[in-house]
Amino acid sequence: MPDGFVHAHASHCESGVMSSLLSHNGLAISEAMAFGLASALSFAYLPFVRINGLPLVSFRMPPRAIVRGLQRSLGLGMRFETFRSPSAGSARLDALLAAGTLVGLQTSVFWLPYFPPDLRFHFNAHNLLVYGREGDEYLISDPVGETPVRCARKDLERARFAKGALAPRGLLYYMTTPPTEPDWALLGKRALARTARIMLAPLPFVGVRGMKMLANRVERLSASSGGEHARLYIGNIVRMQEEIGTGGGGFRFLYASFLQELAAKTGYAALDGLASHLVEIGDRWREFALAAARMIRGRDALSPPTLAARLRALAADERLFFQSLHRARRAWAR
Amino acid sequence: MRERDVPQEGNRTLAGHRKAVYAIADDGKLRLVPTHGWEVEEIVTRQAVEDLERRASEARTRALAGESSPLEYHMYRARMDVELLSQTSGVWRWRVRRHLKPAAFARLPLALKTRYADALGITPEALEKVE
Repeated sequence: MPDGFVHAHASHCESGVMSSLLSHNGLAISEAMAFGLASALSFAYLPFVRINGLPLVSFRMPPRAIVRGLQRSLGLGMRFETFRSPSAGSARLDALLAAGTLVGLQTSVFWLPYFPPDLRFHFNAHNLLVYGREGDEYLISDPVGETPVRCARKDLERARFAKGALAPRGLLYYMTTPPTEPDWALLGKRALARTARIMLAPLPFVGVRGMKMLANRVERLSASSGGEHARLYIGNIVRMQEEIGTGGGGFRFLYASFLQELAAKTGYAALDGLASHLVEIGDRWREFALAAARMIRGRDALSPPTLAARLRALAADERLFFQSLHRARRAWAR
Repeated sequence: MRERDVPQEGNRTLAGHRKAVYAIADDGKLRLVPTHGWEVEEIVTRQAVEDLERRASEARTRALAGESSPLEYHMYRARMDVELLSQTSGVWRWRVRRHLKPAAFARLPLALKTRYADALGITPEALEKVE
């Protein structure tokens, strides 16, 4: 069993797992730093990917981007293993734990019994850490939980070998060599450039343009037949924004925290101002969520154009923000 | 969002858990703050859950009336749809759709029923019944 593991509460599973995994292996790194350095902030509206008939709206990069992104940028020695059978997957996990290794797993939320029932949807890319085993029970550090939890072998196998989109195929990962202290300024610059590039990309569906596309789609939602479909549609956007991952314009605040921390670490004060700007944008996202929720509950009249206008304003705000981020990145003394 | 503005309204979909959000503390720095939840989150999560529950209860009514197979009810109860059940069971979508009809379902060999039951996390016997 890995010695001296400390559970940490985080707002997002993947950045939380990487923060704990790196810290346990000797490189203290916060969740926000892990999120930011992996350039995980994003926006994507993918109308052709449907979940229960509703399109995918994501406020971050796709799953595994943080683990892979940090592995690349920090030059981490990591191993990733997938398995054909649950028994092989469990045997390998047991062997690693016995050798004192802290292990990360990709799982399906639906099959994790310790999750609140209302939040158990079929999402196959939930990350967690296993730090021990007692008999048939695994000791689990799920970053989105306040405290460590336990999970029976049978349940964990189900969660690890769930099928469907993003099927984990028993994926486990761990560090093979301890990480070394990186050049924070260099990595920070690269990460900022990547995020600005994605958010301002001249492509439909992603970044600021994706928000505009989504606004156009929301504008056209019909309030006919009681507006049931329209309500589900906007509810879905808010759910992707608030619940899946982090609360309250979540990823914007998380990224702002990264900017503050990078400013403190490197002494590049311009990032502090950017962080405040992004916090304001995050608050604007919260206002959008609140307005949408009021319409869903019928406290305000359902008005898709009003929400579309808010989304367009947010897109304009974010364009300005990422343009200044891009400029700040270029002005950063080499 | 300031630390004191972090909602603590008690989102019941969290079932008593607290989640972590980032908010500005008095010194101007963002830090992690545990929250009991925000009503907005509860509204949208309950909306999604209720939509799934509605589908399951409609399917249940249909199954009891003999208009559809128990498979449809169990599919929605497991928060799946045809697409997802097809992916998790490895049965083609058009076949899944066919098996939602009572007549086609009744003729299924046990092996295929077991496959569906495994994908839904229930026993083959439970798959036959609509409680």
